[in-house]
Amino acid sequence: MNSLPYPIQVHDLTVSYQRKPVLYGVDLEIEAGSLVGVIGPNGAGKSTLIKTIMNMVRPNGGFVKILGKSPKAGTKHIGYVPQRESVDWEFPVTVMDVVLMGRYGHLGWFGRISKADKKMAHECLEKVDMLSYANRQIGNLSGGQQQRVFLARALAQESSIYLMDEPFVGVDAVTEKTIVSILKSMQQSGKTLVIVHHDLATAKNYFDHLLLLNMRKIAYGPTPKVFTEELLQKTYGGRLTVFSEMASQAAKQPEIETAKTIGE
Amino acid sequence: MPLIPDFTINQVFTQPWSTTQLITWNLQIILMGLLVCWTCGLVGSFIVIRRMALMGDAISHGILPGLAIAFITVGSLGIGTMFIGACLAGLTCNFCIEWLHTNTKIREDAAMGLVFTSFFALGVTLISGNAGNIDLDPGCILYGELGLIPLAEKVEINGTLFGNRAIWTMGVVFICVVTGAIVFYRQLLISSFDSTLAKSIGMPVKVIHLGLMLTLALATVASLEAVGVILVVAMFVFPSVTASFFFNRLSFILLSSFPLGILYTLGGFHLAHWLDCSIAGAIAVTATLLFIPACLLGPNGGVCSRFMHR
Ligand SMILES: Nc1ncnc2c1ncn2[C@@H]1O[C@H](COP(=O)(O)OP(=O)(O)O)[C@@H](O)[C@H]1O
Ligand SMILES: [Mg+2]
Repeated sequence: MNSLPYPIQVHDLTVSYQRKPVLYGVDLEIEAGSLVGVIGPNGAGKSTLIKTIMNMVRPNGGFVKILGKSPKAGTKHIGYVPQRESVDWEFPVTVMDVVLMGRYGHLGWFGRISKADKKMAHECLEKVDMLSYANRQIGNLSGGQQQRVFLARALAQESSIYLMDEPFVGVDAVTEKTIVSILKSMQQSGKTLVIVHHDLATAKNYFDHLLLLNMRKIAYGPTPKVFTEELLQKTYGGRLTVFSEMASQAAKQPEIETAKTIGE
Repeated sequence: MPLIPDFTINQVFTQPWSTTQLITWNLQIILMGLLVCWTCGLVGSFIVIRRMALMGDAISHGILPGLAIAFITVGSLGIGTMFIGACLAGLTCNFCIEWLHTNTKIREDAAMGLVFTSFFALGVTLISGNAGNIDLDPGCILYGELGLIPLAEKVEINGTLFGNRAIWTMGVVFICVVTGAIVFYRQLLISSFDSTLAKSIGMPVKVIHLGLMLTLALATVASLEAVGVILVVAMFVFPSVTASFFFNRLSFILLSSFPLGILYTLGGFHLAHWLDCSIAGAIAVTATLLFIPACLLGPNGGVCSRFMHR
């Protein structure tokens, strides 16, 4: 069954910025078709892990493999939705321009955007309910609309793996629902999705796998197995009491308890 | 003597076009002005959207010693040697900044400030020190002399004269820049907007960046005689910034370089005839005069439109 390579495999990964270690000895094997939530406190290295998989940050030790290939060769299979702050919202591009960028990977050096590409971009905008904004400059949108544009671009990429860094930050409740349902339908069509998420209360409903991260990998596995008070305490430590309280409350909810007993 | 001379339609608009000789002379100036504005406007749009406007400023200063040494050793303003000189100086600049930034406690911005100004100073010293023995005019390299472009030597192939060398050079550079912008539009757009996406789909982001920097140096060198290393920065920055108050797509901003270039050149030319001043300076002043209403009244983020949206 496991003869196919993992979509994402991380082995003994160590990453540091100017000698300050941020990730230490992370091992991870994500199976095809998982919808993975990456959870951990601020500064835990979640974005760093995503950036390392995307080959934007060079690891000090260990390696990343994408579908069994090196990151350099593998990133073309990944659709990446960047963290909001890293986008230049003043840039002179319209919503349609951004979504069409998702098609660039399918064109060669001198290929042209075809009618089929435009149709596809149209459909993706429709899926995220943004078609009526196609000619707006991306800075003239609300946070939720901006996030949906980037989701539409990711859909247009037709990748098999998706990485998203905090797609729910600065987003209204309706958009959050839309995004979640799109993520789930992407998973159903066989995509592998890795989503950095900061809200513990919703994490257990959104994802079927969780990665608990705080410099080291605390745990990785199916949500019911990993979403336990003990592991969440360990991830958030004593230093963020609000978080750990939220964590214990969330973990005490009955559905998780039953799931846990079933799991064990 | 009044600060602003009297304005007479005859002197400003009619007189420059009164005899065949004046017309041939002035048409060359206008043509050169247009080519400079268009070339720099296109290159500058890509520099500005990458948030590198100040880099354009810094680079145009930093390449000065390279230009000076190329001119002094070869003795001509031919584009080939000047371009090589400019590139070598630019690379040396870059290397010095990197070295200072990684091996000392000097931060990157301070390192840039130090290196670019010291290169500029070295260039000024070289040019003014050699001004006596060869015909290298510091004023021309720093501020340009568009009005004297018709004096540039003629291109001669097999004994036939083909017209002004400076204009031909600028024309070829212009065509290269237009072709490059059309052929590599997608690459330039995506690597400027989202270099992670560009890299992930296998685009050579660094090569594209380097190519843009080389084009910047080439445009600077070709426009040198006309507008000089200081005013060229205005030609890079003004068109796209002005157009951005009207359009929100890169392709429209790029196309705006053409009408804006015509306004800048004709406006600057006639302004210079009125005020009896440097044409290059007058072109930059015209660009500023057009920028101000755009910034105030432009529908796309101008001061008034922002005020009304509150
Ligand atoms: N470019 C960088 N240079 C230096 N330190 C960085 C850089 N990016 C992140 N860090 C540091 O690395 C740690 C992890 O950052 P990050 O991966 O962004 O965490 P998270 O996304 O989990 O909040 C933080 O302490 C942060 O300050
Ligand atoms: Mg982060």
